[in-house]
Amino acid sequence: MRPKADLEPAVTAGAPAAAAPAAAPDQGRRRPRAARRRIRRLTTRDRLVITVLLGLPLLFTFVLVWATTLASIGLSFTNWDGIGSAKFIGIDNYKELFTNYPPFATAIWHNLLWLGFLALIATPLGLLFAVLLDRKIRFGRFYQSALYLPVVLSLAVIGFISQLIFARDDGILNTVLGTTGQGQHPVDWIGDPHINIWVVLVMAGWRHAGYVMVLYLAGLKGVDPSLKEAAAIDGANARQTFFRVVFPVMRPVNIIVGVITVIEALRAFDIVYAINGGTNGLELLSVLITDNIIGEASRIGFGSAIAVVLLLISVGCIVAYCMTELREEKS
Amino acid sequence: MATPGPHDRTTSNSPTRRSVLRAAAIGAGAVTLPSVLAACASGSGAGGAGGKTVTFGSNWSDPVPKKGIATAIAGFQSSSGYTVKTNTVDHNSFQENINRYLQGNPDDVFGWFAGYRMQYFAQKGLLGDISDVWSGFTGMSDAIKAQSTGLDGKQYFVPLYYYPWAVFYRKSVFAQHGYQLPTTWDQYIALAKQMQKDGLVPISFSDKDGWPAMGTFDYINMRLNGYDFHKSLMGGHEDWSGPKVKKVFDTWRELLPFYQQGALGLTWQESAQALQQKKTGMMTLGMFLGQQFGTDVSDLDFFAYPAIDPANGQDAVEAPIDGFLLSHKAKNVTAAKKLLAFLGTAKAENDYLSIDPTELGVNSSVVTTGYSPLQQSGAKLVSTAKSISQFMDRDCRPDFVSTVMIQALQTFLNNPNDVDGLCNSIQRQKTAIYATEG
Repeated sequence: MRPKADLEPAVTAGAPAAAAPAAAPDQGRRRPRAARRRIRRLTTRDRLVITVLLGLPLLFTFVLVWATTLASIGLSFTNWDGIGSAKFIGIDNYKELFTNYPPFATAIWHNLLWLGFLALIATPLGLLFAVLLDRKIRFGRFYQSALYLPVVLSLAVIGFISQLIFARDDGILNTVLGTTGQGQHPVDWIGDPHINIWVVLVMAGWRHAGYVMVLYLAGLKGVDPSLKEAAAIDGANARQTFFRVVFPVMRPVNIIVGVITVIEALRAFDIVYAINGGTNGLELLSVLITDNIIGEASRIGFGSAIAVVLLLISVGCIVAYCMTELREEKS
Repeated sequence: MATPGPHDRTTSNSPTRRSVLRAAAIGAGAVTLPSVLAACASGSGAGGAGGKTVTFGSNWSDPVPKKGIATAIAGFQSSSGYTVKTNTVDHNSFQENINRYLQGNPDDVFGWFAGYRMQYFAQKGLLGDISDVWSGFTGMSDAIKAQSTGLDGKQYFVPLYYYPWAVFYRKSVFAQHGYQLPTTWDQYIALAKQMQKDGLVPISFSDKDGWPAMGTFDYINMRLNGYDFHKSLMGGHEDWSGPKVKKVFDTWRELLPFYQQGALGLTWQESAQALQQKKTGMMTLGMFLGQQFGTDVSDLDFFAYPAIDPANGQDAVEAPIDGFLLSHKAKNVTAAKKLLAFLGTAKAENDYLSIDPTELGVNSSVVTTGYSPLQQSGAKLVSTAKSISQFMDRDCRPDFVSTVMIQALQTFLNNPNDVDGLCNSIQRQKTAIYATEG
């Protein structure tokens, strides 16, 4: 599908690119002959350009994405310390992972918690911000910048900021709460393994909401105002207009936001690494992979097995999500 | 000392500044590039440079140690006529990339640690044998030599300095309350109780970074079970779920009520500052703790970790050693060995210590007249020790320590009552990891 869609504009300069994947069947039947005639008219230089433009991205995708993915899967069945040759050990790494590696279950739970928090709280919050800002309220520009600001910061920086806020003895929060004095028991926001994950989620959600807000702002600008007018004429109230008309129309944005939410939840790493190296209540799959593969540990096979688990979770989430979305689109 | 000292300094000063600048320039380049690339770059530079050049990968990236190393290297350059190309890489990045660095295009000589952490790479054939360099050394004790020797009996490591671990305190605080230095566990606990009564938090403690708690584990283990058991446990020959290890955790639990609160959210710097601000009374850490004391460092002193079992007394000291290795791919072996031979001399150590006074030279002929009182008692502590251990993460397999022990010790600090479950879990993971040798 893709190459063809890319090819056509190059050949038919003026024709509107009918690149929609679901082309009408009769159109599809007529196309091939025309396309064949046109391709023959391509000069050597055109072909060279096409080969380079298509070939290089394909090559990079293959080398940087697929080859490395396959290599990880292969390595996950071996025992390798990074020196010398790898030894095939079957599924031992996976057995070990599920039965004899305490941080693993914690990390999976944290990643799912992260996903749930972003999907159920941060993303809807971003949508709410976008809807409010879209109404052209006073100081809208200011709110927009303020909410978008954290997106510009890297998560590592956010990690440092959260230490300033949540540090036990001299953090802003405990100072404001007035619990830092003599004989008091201030909440250990960062050191207590039952609390720190929530602190990190709030900080990650703060950033994620801004990101989602910008995407939805763009989406809302693209909604045809006549649809809203029509809904109003039919007697729909504001809520009905939004949930029955505006929101479904933004389907392309919804898909992007959904995928981004999943990706953000599963690749989360820098904020916890900046806070305490991803230990003591802040375990994440990405951190376990890093701990095992990078650094002196060099349990490369074992770390690859964790990476494969993460791959399966992300592919599973994204495929399931996209399939439901696309199926709904068709119906 | 009086006349040669200042003279030495003035002559070595100008090359120092230049080499510091050069090291800074190379270091800056190395930090911006992935270190693998940096390693390649420096390697290819060495290829074209000829027989009078030796390349040196330095992980001394903090300002003070970096300047100290540059001073020592400058001493070698002026006395030997060789040129040393120093490639300074951020300390932690260097550590994390060591596997790839050594298999890629390593520098001829590079900075590393003694103990198992060195022996592991020697065993993998990634280091050059420098037994011939060692045969020319003078002033190195047998304990130091043992720490520089691989499992095959050959020497691979040239030590530069070490920093002992002990229990640090402020002399003024102890004088104010009239505290006596404890030598046994019971006295230690009694002192902690007294401090609590006096409104002090008895023990500064932090383990956010994951490693500071290892020092306490090592000491309680060596005091209870002896140095040989420590070596054997770290070597993977003992049962982590056995009664000896459980006893270590049980003993450690007695200390927990005296610890600073929120230890798992604190870095060692933060809890060292609490000691400096006289909020806490004592702290078990390495001598580098002095870095957080600024001008108050003259008020800092320490006592040896208290004895628990009289059979072991206080005879073992934890004193990690830093130094140099020769890579197996060294391009200019002759020059590299000349450099290593120089770095093992008292002169090189004096050059380094003139810049960084928080460490102790390993060579017995190091001029100690310039030592601060703290350094002098540190040197005394180590020289009277029967055995010197490195540190859990240097005496033990790195994969086991970084993926099992950091988490296990933090688990213990969070939930000190389930020692059985914890020890069984450590033992199970240890069996699995050690089974995958080679």
